[in-house]
Amino acid sequence: MAILATRVSARSTLAVLERDLTLYRRLWRASVFSSFVLPVLFLLSIGLGVGGHVGDIGGVSYLAWIVPGVMAATAFQMAVGECTYPILGDFKWTRGFHAMRATPVEAGDMVCGYLLYILIRVEIAAVVFLGVSALFGALRSPWALVTPLVCGLVALATAAPTMAFSAGVDHDSYFALLFRFVMIPSTLFAGVFFPVGQLPAVVRPLAYLSPLWHGVELDRAATLGAAPPWPVAAHLAYLLVFTAAGMLWAFHAFGRRLQD
Amino acid sequence: MSEGLARVCTVSDQPLIYARGLVKRFGDFTAVDGIDLSVAPGEAFGFLGPNGAGKSSTMRMIGCVSMPTSGELRILGMDPVRDGTRIRARLGVCPQLDNLDPDLSVRENLLTYARYFGVPRAEARRRADELLEFVQLADRAGSKVDPLSGGMKRRLTIARAMVNDPDLVLLDEPTTGLDPQARHLLWERLFQLKRRGTTLVLTTHYMDEAEQLCDRLVVMDGGRIVAEGSPRALIETYSTPEVVELRFGDERPADLAGKLAGVGTRIDPLPDRLLVYAADGDAATAEVHRRGLTPSSVLVRRSTLEDVFLHLTGRTLVD
Repeated sequence: MAILATRVSARSTLAVLERDLTLYRRLWRASVFSSFVLPVLFLLSIGLGVGGHVGDIGGVSYLAWIVPGVMAATAFQMAVGECTYPILGDFKWTRGFHAMRATPVEAGDMVCGYLLYILIRVEIAAVVFLGVSALFGALRSPWALVTPLVCGLVALATAAPTMAFSAGVDHDSYFALLFRFVMIPSTLFAGVFFPVGQLPAVVRPLAYLSPLWHGVELDRAATLGAAPPWPVAAHLAYLLVFTAAGMLWAFHAFGRRLQD
Repeated sequence: MSEGLARVCTVSDQPLIYARGLVKRFGDFTAVDGIDLSVAPGEAFGFLGPNGAGKSSTMRMIGCVSMPTSGELRILGMDPVRDGTRIRARLGVCPQLDNLDPDLSVRENLLTYARYFGVPRAEARRRADELLEFVQLADRAGSKVDPLSGGMKRRLTIARAMVNDPDLVLLDEPTTGLDPQARHLLWERLFQLKRRGTTLVLTTHYMDEAEQLCDRLVVMDGGRIVAEGSPRALIETYSTPEVVELRFGDERPADLAGKLAGVGTRIDPLPDRLLVYAADGDAATAEVHRRGLTPSSVLVRRSTLEDVFLHLTGRTLVD
């Protein structure tokens, strides 16, 4: 944590957050569909449509079963989306990070400020989604109230390494690889739409590697009021370690990109 | 060094920028090849040279965004490697490539940037309005940045560089790519800054820019400083008071140079014209005619930094 202390100041981090929120105030309309509407369409089509044919899973309706999964997956996808093109853009096209670099703002502040911004975005989306889910009667436990916090953690664990990746590439074609080989497989196979127990035993560990799976299981345990497959502390610890490692990688990647 | 002590050093006559044997290498390429510099408070100092001379690399080291490969560098009395954050807090930078936030308004660009320096919100608003007046963009405060003209964007970038009330303003090719009218407006604003006592350091490959704005400048070529002084002193040292430009219809200037031996103090044949350096341009012109040469056009003008550069490097500055 010594590195964190030397490279991050609260003042500069909040200044970066302020800039990102100012930008968001200008651009929020473009994100309404992916952040709020699309997740609900997922619930309708897969939860109700597919669910009508699937029946119950583990004693609850399919809709109630996938709500926590779609919620975590939304946090995951928002984090990937917001940390690819916007990050590369601020290095390569608008050069916003270079503008910050000429001020007292350090690489660590840029990373932390943007992570806070993602956190705020994801919290808003998660709370809205939670409200919609409640209207569908898909929440079975008061513990559902902690799901936005879990989503926030999923977002941080995803955003930090994605930012690092984006700071390390010079062309947006790498994002197609990231979407194809990491984001989409994670969304499909990390327990969002069916239990990972259905996967062949050999590939199951891949699902455990994804921060999304840990988030999905924690969210599901919360909305259904059941125990997750691993101890809660183990899921949380995995997400926290993933976040910390991702942040260190991002500090390094930003520092390298801005240094010559 | 404590913040208070650093302040005291600035107020004294200690140089704001001090470099000895400063070198910057990128792999095998040496961009800056051992330069010595000293810039005093209140000075307007220029780096003049063609593209690739090492001006921008030097500016980036002064701006503490690029680490020197070797040599000594002190900015505001501090070490850029150790105190980069604190130095940058007191610099204003207008980079060569625009990096304004295109999706934010003109005013928001200034406000968000002020916050990077920790300027309180109310003070940031006050400074933003004042600076927008200063760069004549007050009527565009609410406009997005994208539709602004190149000259407006550059003026906004200069306003942004002033938002932390810097001790030292760095301008990397401030008018490159602007049309003449926009350039003159920008020069006029920079001249106002200079009159207020702001220390300006700028790079340029425009002679007229250097002559108008700089108290003192260095001419750079191939990563080295080839001459240093005030524009007037450089002209006096490396050129003559006047220059005669002769053009000849079909004849190649180089073939005629021999016939002009002894006219003026020096003759420079360029591909399209002949330059005769002389104390008295009219006398030199008379001598040209006396020798039976009939140039298609004759221009007697005062010597400029362009002539200095040509003399020092054997090349013209802007091709």
